[in-house]
Amino acid sequence: MDSRSEIARAAAEAAARQSYGKLVAWLAARTRDVTGAEDALADAFAAALERWPRTGVPEKPEAWLLAVARRRRVDAVRRRLTSQAGREHLKLIAEEAEARMTDEDLPDERLRLMFACAHPAIESSVRSPLILQTVLGFDAATIASAFLVSPATMGQRLVRAKTRIRETGIPFRVPERAELGERLDAVLEAIYAAFAEGWSDPAGTETRRRNLATEGIWLGRLVASLLPEEPEALGLLSLMLFAEARRTARRDAAGDYVPLAEQDYTLWDRALVDEAEALLGHAATMGVIGRYQLEAAVQSAHAARRLTGRTDWVAIRELYDALLSIAGSPVVAINRAVAIAEAEGAVAGLAALYVLGDDKRLDDYQPYWAARAGLLARLGQVPHAIEAYDRAIGLERDPAVRRFLQGKRAVLRN
Amino acid sequence: MRYMILIYADEAAMANAPAEATYQMSAAYGAYTEALKKSGAWLAGDRLRPSQATTSVRVAGGKTNVLDGPYADTKEQLAGFYMIEAADADAAIAWAARCPAASAGTVELRPIWELTEYLSEK
Repeated sequence: MDSRSEIARAAAEAAARQSYGKLVAWLAARTRDVTGAEDALADAFAAALERWPRTGVPEKPEAWLLAVARRRRVDAVRRRLTSQAGREHLKLIAEEAEARMTDEDLPDERLRLMFACAHPAIESSVRSPLILQTVLGFDAATIASAFLVSPATMGQRLVRAKTRIRETGIPFRVPERAELGERLDAVLEAIYAAFAEGWSDPAGTETRRRNLATEGIWLGRLVASLLPEEPEALGLLSLMLFAEARRTARRDAAGDYVPLAEQDYTLWDRALVDEAEALLGHAATMGVIGRYQLEAAVQSAHAARRLTGRTDWVAIRELYDALLSIAGSPVVAINRAVAIAEAEGAVAGLAALYVLGDDKRLDDYQPYWAARAGLLARLGQVPHAIEAYDRAIGLERDPAVRRFLQGKRAVLRN
Repeated sequence: MRYMILIYADEAAMANAPAEATYQMSAAYGAYTEALKKSGAWLAGDRLRPSQATTSVRVAGGKTNVLDGPYADTKEQLAGFYMIEAADADAAIAWAARCPAASAGTVELRPIWELTEYLSEK
């Protein structure tokens, strides 16, 4: 397939997912029955994914899907392809949705659907997959491969979560102001989890995972456009765009890993960096700081290297100080220690790492061992550095990063 | 929707609690029950006698077996319940969180399986 038809296919697929998600959200918000809504639209969505790349996106994509879903109804009853719940949703399509579609656009209920999927009563590990399935129409097998679990397991979790939404009466509603912050966190976290899963395949060798980063950004754009007054929604989008801008710079020509501080910044996508900066700047005017804005600000500090030629580690360290106080985690603490090492020297950095020493979670956490190895090596503590590199190498799943660490370790041997 | 709030508490700890604490707890339940009733969410609710008053009954082979004691021995015991009417899980969770037991023991929230839904789902 040449790249032009590849682009056309991607555009058609994006349009199909967009319309599908809006329709599922609209139906589910009225019935609380996500499975029924999905059933009703499954055939029509499959037909759109198959046809639109060839014929182009119809002028009214949602109306097209509704019409096909409705036409399938008679066949469906005969062949019993859809469930009872699915048929009831088809009735809703025939009676209400199409009537609405004739004079106005269907109201966008996707944000409400996302809040239902990321409800505290839904197990946190399934929230992200649930959003990918209901809002974007991904099948369980695709989601399973991206999250590295078996399709059967993922399928069960998704079915269980959707049943739970209906049976426990989880509302399809954007929470009230008082609890919006906390609940929005769960939505943003689910979106970021999708992005991070895709981001962890830096070479982009697995199409499914690379797409997940794209979908994460797409969901981030959706939330930011629906909640433009929420600085953290803008902060998350900014953070994802900064990261995405550096995608190609993360590997050199030979496919080897390049750490952020050594990346060739001319390879960064300038348009994405500019957009990320603008979002972050806009979020900052709202005067409410948060985890995603701070993480985006760290990215921004790194990106400033393309203007100044150097990295301001003191500023980065201060940002990590702030992050540690509002959203402390081993990950933040390790990044902070690395920044301290750059700003004040390896001894200070190592001291900041050793403070974490007893945290059991670090035993199998690669970045901790890699950071520790790097600092020990700088201080000339070769045997300890080699030991730490061995731990880091053994814990890494990305071959390029493994090669990078092995290279560092080999240098110490000489 | 109708929901059950099932209250679990450590009977031994409750029995050994100082009189002042017991009094305060009763007052808190009284206020909670009153708030449920005033808001129209209250459908039913009562405290249960301790599990030592439980009788387990099972009929096997035409013979009725009566056992002294609860069905299962657990660290916390079912101590009471409320049945409430709530628009959705959020409203029900809000009521469950206000129940004094939520800050002392554990409350379990379960939707009633309405007969009409039961029949249409089966």
